[in-house]
Amino acid sequence: MTYTADEVMAVEAARRIGDGTVCFVGIGLPSLAANLARRTHAPRSVLVYESGTIGSKPYELPLSIGDGELAETADAVVTVPEMFAYWLQGGRIDVGFLGAAQIDRHGNLNSTVIGDYDRPAVRLPGGGGAPEIALGVRDVFVMLRHSRRAFVEKLDFTTSLGDHVRVVVTDLGVLEPRDGELALTQLHPGVDPERAREATGWDLRLARDVRETDPPTEDELHALRSLRTKGEA
Amino acid sequence: MAIVPLNDAIRELVRDGDTVALEGFTHLIPHAAGHEIIRQGRRNLTLIRMTPDIVYDQMIGMGCARKLVFSWGGNPGVGSLHRLRDAVENGWPAPLEVEEHSHAGMAAAWAAGASNLPFGVLRGYRGGDLPARTRVARIACPFTGEELAAVPAHRPDAGIVHAQRADRLGNVQLWGILGVQKECVLASARSIVTVEEVVDELTPVPGAIVLPSWVVGAVCVAPRGAHPSYAHGYYDRDNDFYRAWDAISRDRDAFRAWMDEHVLGAVPA
Repeated sequence: MTYTADEVMAVEAARRIGDGTVCFVGIGLPSLAANLARRTHAPRSVLVYESGTIGSKPYELPLSIGDGELAETADAVVTVPEMFAYWLQGGRIDVGFLGAAQIDRHGNLNSTVIGDYDRPAVRLPGGGGAPEIALGVRDVFVMLRHSRRAFVEKLDFTTSLGDHVRVVVTDLGVLEPRDGELALTQLHPGVDPERAREATGWDLRLARDVRETDPPTEDELHALRSLRTKGEA
Repeated sequence: MAIVPLNDAIRELVRDGDTVALEGFTHLIPHAAGHEIIRQGRRNLTLIRMTPDIVYDQMIGMGCARKLVFSWGGNPGVGSLHRLRDAVENGWPAPLEVEEHSHAGMAAAWAAGASNLPFGVLRGYRGGDLPARTRVARIACPFTGEELAAVPAHRPDAGIVHAQRADRLGNVQLWGILGVQKECVLASARSIVTVEEVVDELTPVPGAIVLPSWVVGAVCVAPRGAHPSYAHGYYDRDNDFYRAWDAISRDRDAFRAWMDEHVLGAVPA
């Protein structure tokens, strides 16, 4: 079966979610990956959305982190102060997904501005939950499409720290911390290592044990394609 | 307080130069109240809200705001808030001062405000560039010496939320994703709650909370008053409108034309 770059990203991220893992999930690709994991190899994984829904089991993917279906299918719904104080700061979350506009070689992320803070070229949405998720969960998974605009030598603004970033899944491969910085540990099928290096704004190292990502299986793709975003035809 | 018309409540309780919060975390966003503030031409407001969303994009684009205090300013699942960006990047229609926090910081600031404390405490704002750009201080735990973050409490002049329903005495019942609705009402000097409907009796609903009438400044009936956000049990989030807003709000003239037709022309102020 053929598949898209987004699909291999979602499948590869989903494979890294162990059964029973408690995941703090954002919208878009992370929500796709976490829901795929829950519907395939990790049925007992717990999806937590920052709007306060714990154990959501959506039939369709939400457009926002606060769609009604997330609350209707949740084990518990808590307030936002409780979510961040008792559950995130309380150390109850295993894995947190983050995206960003920019990432550096240490996994630090920028989702605040492009350009100068006071006179930004692009005002991005801002940190949201990221600064505390980045340090409050055990493992941070980053999902980000590979390009020199996104993978930069120096961030325009550091929104969250990379100390807990364990894996970066891109449309070309996978980066993991090796010897103090992110190195390429996997390439998706058909991707040349030079292409990944060219799409990275720093001198990206290849891990000694770099390997090819297993292609998405028919079962994985079937489960993935049954997950459609609410409101989409 | 009795149940009053929304335009009277806004006229009486929201004033030029006020610090105002319209809260609702994706759910129960008080759009009808925001539109009434726009129609009444309030100016120089400091707007507090975790996720500015379309309601603040509209208020900022119509020139109501002087300053924004927030933690995530995007159109969820769609992209940018173009009116917010135009104000920050180009000063249109007026320069907008920004004070940004993390969600955890905003949540702590709301809990502190509701608790009548001067600041909230959290293990947050560690490293990165945000602490130097916002109002946050490092404090030491008096018992262990651990370094923690202190954020100033939110204490708005006026706090506005939407809820599912009220009884005839003005007791308010809401359920589903509760966000910071209760904290917003309790932290504010004056408050307004818009509701979908008034009922004779607030029958129990799983997970529901009640805001007693004596902590609410005004209750106003505003059916579909959260649209394009939603009211759990009444109507769904209008995801198509959130997608459509991207094109409407991208262009200044298209935005003004939409506001003229759908907000300014909708009801007499």
